[in-house]
Amino acid sequence: MPAVSKGDGMRGLAVFISDIRNCKSKEAEIKRINKELANIRSKFKGDKALDGYSKKKYVCKLLFIFLLGHDIDFGHMEAVNLLSSNKYTEKQIGYLFISVLVNSNSELIRLINNAIKNDLSSRNPTFMCLALHCIANVGSREMAEAFAGEIPRILVAGDTMDSVKQSAALCLLRLYKTSPDLVLMGEWTSRVVHLLNDQHMGVVTAAISLITCLSQKNPDEFKTCVSLAVSRLSRIVSSASTDLQDYTYYFVPAPWLSCKLLRLLQCYPPPEDGAVKGRLVECLETILNKAQEPPKSKKVQHSNAKNAILFEAISLIIHYDSEPNLLVRACNQLGQFLQHRETNLRYLALESMCTLASSEFSHEAVKTHIETVINALKTERDVSVRQRAADLLYAMCDRSNAKQIVAEMLSYLETADYSIREEMVLKVAILAEKYAVDYSWYVDTILNLIRIAGDYVSEEVWYRVIQIVINRDDVQGYAAKTVFEALQAPACHENMVKVGGYILGEFGNLIAGDPRSSPLVQFNLLHSKFHLCSVPTRALLLSAYIKFINLFPETKSTIQEVLRSDSQIRNSDVELQQRAVEYLKLSSIASTDVLATVLEEMPPFPERESSILAKLKKKKGPGAVSVNELEEGKREAGELNGGGERGGDTHSPTSLPLFSQTTITHSFSHIISSSLVLEDRMQNVVKNNHKQMFFCF
Amino acid sequence: MQFMLLFSRQGKLRLQKWYAPLSDTQKKKISREVIQMVLARKPKMCSFLEWRDLKIVYKRYASLYFCCAVEDQENELITLEIIHRYVELLDKYFGSVCELDIIFNFEKAYYILDEFILGGEAQETSKKNVLKAIEQADMLQEEAETPRSVLEEIGLT
Repeated sequence: MPAVSKGDGMRGLAVFISDIRNCKSKEAEIKRINKELANIRSKFKGDKALDGYSKKKYVCKLLFIFLLGHDIDFGHMEAVNLLSSNKYTEKQIGYLFISVLVNSNSELIRLINNAIKNDLSSRNPTFMCLALHCIANVGSREMAEAFAGEIPRILVAGDTMDSVKQSAALCLLRLYKTSPDLVLMGEWTSRVVHLLNDQHMGVVTAAISLITCLSQKNPDEFKTCVSLAVSRLSRIVSSASTDLQDYTYYFVPAPWLSCKLLRLLQCYPPPEDGAVKGRLVECLETILNKAQEPPKSKKVQHSNAKNAILFEAISLIIHYDSEPNLLVRACNQLGQFLQHRETNLRYLALESMCTLASSEFSHEAVKTHIETVINALKTERDVSVRQRAADLLYAMCDRSNAKQIVAEMLSYLETADYSIREEMVLKVAILAEKYAVDYSWYVDTILNLIRIAGDYVSEEVWYRVIQIVINRDDVQGYAAKTVFEALQAPACHENMVKVGGYILGEFGNLIAGDPRSSPLVQFNLLHSKFHLCSVPTRALLLSAYIKFINLFPETKSTIQEVLRSDSQIRNSDVELQQRAVEYLKLSSIASTDVLATVLEEMPPFPERESSILAKLKKKKGPGAVSVNELEEGKREAGELNGGGERGGDTHSPTSLPLFSQTTITHSFSHIISSSLVLEDRMQNVVKNNHKQMFFCF
Repeated sequence: MQFMLLFSRQGKLRLQKWYAPLSDTQKKKISREVIQMVLARKPKMCSFLEWRDLKIVYKRYASLYFCCAVEDQENELITLEIIHRYVELLDKYFGSVCELDIIFNFEKAYYILDEFILGGEAQETSKKNVLKAIEQADMLQEEAETPRSVLEEIGLT
C-alpha cells in the first residue's frame, strides 16, 4: 500500500504516477507525460515564485519521468535551488535529482558544490550525510577537486558522528576510484588504518572498504592494517551469537565485516609475525570447523551468510598457498559442496576448486573428485554450472587423467552450447598436446575435434596438429591412415579436408601400398571434395596434387589433366589460377630430380617458443600477430637454421631453395611452432566469451 | 558493486542505482541486456551469472527481481544477503512491502538504499541503525508546511 502517511505524501505525484500506470498504450503514456512536462515548464517559468513544497513536487515528477526512460532537459536549476532549503525533504529531492541527472554545466556545478560545502560545514549530521551521499553518488572530478581535501579531515575528526564517518569513508573511496591523483592520504594514513579498531562496527565496515582499496594501490603504506584486521577477525569469529547484537545476522556474527576483513587480508602475503600468523591460522581453522557443525537455523540466509565467510576464508587460504593442512581441508569442504542440494553451492564449489587445482599442495586432493565433476558435467541442468565443471576438469588435468578428461570433454562438446564451443575446442587441443604420451591418441583427438565441432576449430588448432605430425616420424603413417579414413565420410568438415589434404600430400606414400588407399584412390578422394571447398582449401589441395605428382609418378597424367582444365587455369581467383599454372608447368618441365628436391618432405618445424615468439607477442600482444611479422620471424628462424639462401647451404639439416619455400610453404608461413599460441588464443576467446556469453538465452 | 536494478516480471525497471560513471545510453543498453538475461533464467538455476567481466547476482521476491552486478572477485553469497538485507529494510519501513510501494515511493527506496550502500559498498549492516537514520530524517520534516491550495490538496497540479 502506498505509504502516504510517511512524511508528506505529495499527492500530486501519486496521482500522476497512477495516471501513467493507467495508460493503455505507449502513445497514451507519452501524451500524458508531455502534458505534465508542459505544465511543469509553465510553472517553472511562471511569474509566481514557487514555494518549496511545489518545487519539490515538480522536481520529483521530473525525476520520475526521467526514470521511466524519457529525456529531461530542464529542472536542474530548480533542483539546485532546493538544495539551499532547510527543509530536509526538499533538500533530499534536490540532491536525488542532481545525483541522477548529472549535468556538466559549470555554473550549475559551482552552485551545487557551494550547497554541498554549506551542508558539510553545517554540523548537522543529517545534512552532512546528504551532502556526502551526493558526492559519493556523483563522484565527479569537480567534486573531487572541491572536497577531496576536506573529507579525510571529517573522517578522522574526534567529534564526527559515527554515521557521518561511515558516509565520509565511502565517499572518499568513490573519489579515490575516480580521481586517485586528487586524494592524497599522506598524513591521514595511520589514523584511517586505526579506524579498524573503532568501537562502532558500522564505522569499521565502511572504513575497511576504503582501506582495502588503498592497500591495493599502496600496500606498503597501509601494511599496519594486517595485524589489526587479524585481531578484529579473531574477535568476531570467536564471539558468541549474542555478543554482537544488531550486527549478528541470522545467528552469524558480522558476516559482511568478516568477509571484508578476509578480503583485505588477501591484499597481502601471509603475516610475517609468528603470533599474528598463528592467530590467523586459528581463525581459519575455526571457520572451517564451524562449517561442519549443525546449522543454528534452517533459513537460507543463515547458511548463505555462514558459507559466504567460508568461501572467503577458502579464497584466503588459496591466496596464501602455504598451509598444506588448510588447503587440503578446504578441498575436502568444497568436495562436500559439490554434491550439495543447492545449485548455488555446487556452482561456487566448482569455481573455487578451479583455483585450488593449480596449487601443488592440493592438486592431488582435487583430483580425487574427478568422478563427481564428470557427473556434474553430464547431469547439471544449469549451463553455467556445467561450464564451471568443464573449467575444473581442464584445471585438474594431468598425465594421469588426461585421456579420461579429454574423452569426457569431447562427448560434452557434442551437445555443448555454441557460444562456448570455441573455448572448449582450444582447451581440448591444449590438453591433448600437453599430456599426450602416445601421439596417435593426440592425432585421433584432434581429428575428433574437427569431426564434432569443425566450425569452431580455429586455424591455430589444425596448424598445430600438422606441425606435430611433421615433427614426429612415429605418427606420420598413423596420421595418414586415420585422415584417409576420416575423409571417407560423406559429409566431412572443410577443416578435415585441409588437414587431410596436407597430410596425404606429405605422407600419402606411407599408405599407398595398400590397394584400398592407392595413390589414385587418394587423389580421387581428395578431388571429390574439391568443389565443395572454399578458395583457401582448394589452394591447399592444389599443392597436395603437385606433391602427389612427385610421390606417385603414375598419377601424373590424371592430375595434369585436372590442372589443365579451364576451371583451374582460368579460375577467376588469382591464387588458384597461379598455382594451377605454376604447378602444371613445374610438372611438365622439371626433371624428376628437381621435382623431388622442390617437393621434398617438409622439414621439422623449429620449436620457436623462445625469443622470436616472445618478441612477436610483445610487439603486438597475444593472438594478434600479423602474417608479415610472422614471415619475418620465420625468415629469421630460417636464418638461424642457415637455410635462407638461394641454392641452400650445408649448415641446415634440410636446406630448401628459397623459391620452393615461397610457392609451397607461403600459405603456411604463419604456422607457429609453439603451443603457447594456442594458450594465448584461448585466453582471448575466454575474454570474448564473457562479453558474448548468454546471448543464446 | 557496479549497479543494482529492480525490475518486474514484465521487464519494467522500478529502481536503478549506478555506482560507476556511465552515459545514459550505456545505462539503457545495459539495463535492457541484463533484464533480458535474468528474465530468461529458469527457476532451478543458480543465482549467479557471468556477464562481460562482471558477475550478476539476482533473486526474485514476489513480482520483483533484485539484481546486482559485482566485480569478478566479489563474494557472491554475501551479495545475495545484501539483497536480502535491502528487502528487509524496505519491508520494515513500508510494512509488508510490495512492488506498488516502490513505484509510488521511489524516492524513499533510493534513500533507504543510500543509507545502506554507498559508492557500491555496504556502509551500515545493522538493520536497526539504518532504520533509525531514516526515521530521524523523516522526523525532521514534521514541521509546519506552507498551506497548500485546494487544487494541490486533491492532486490536480
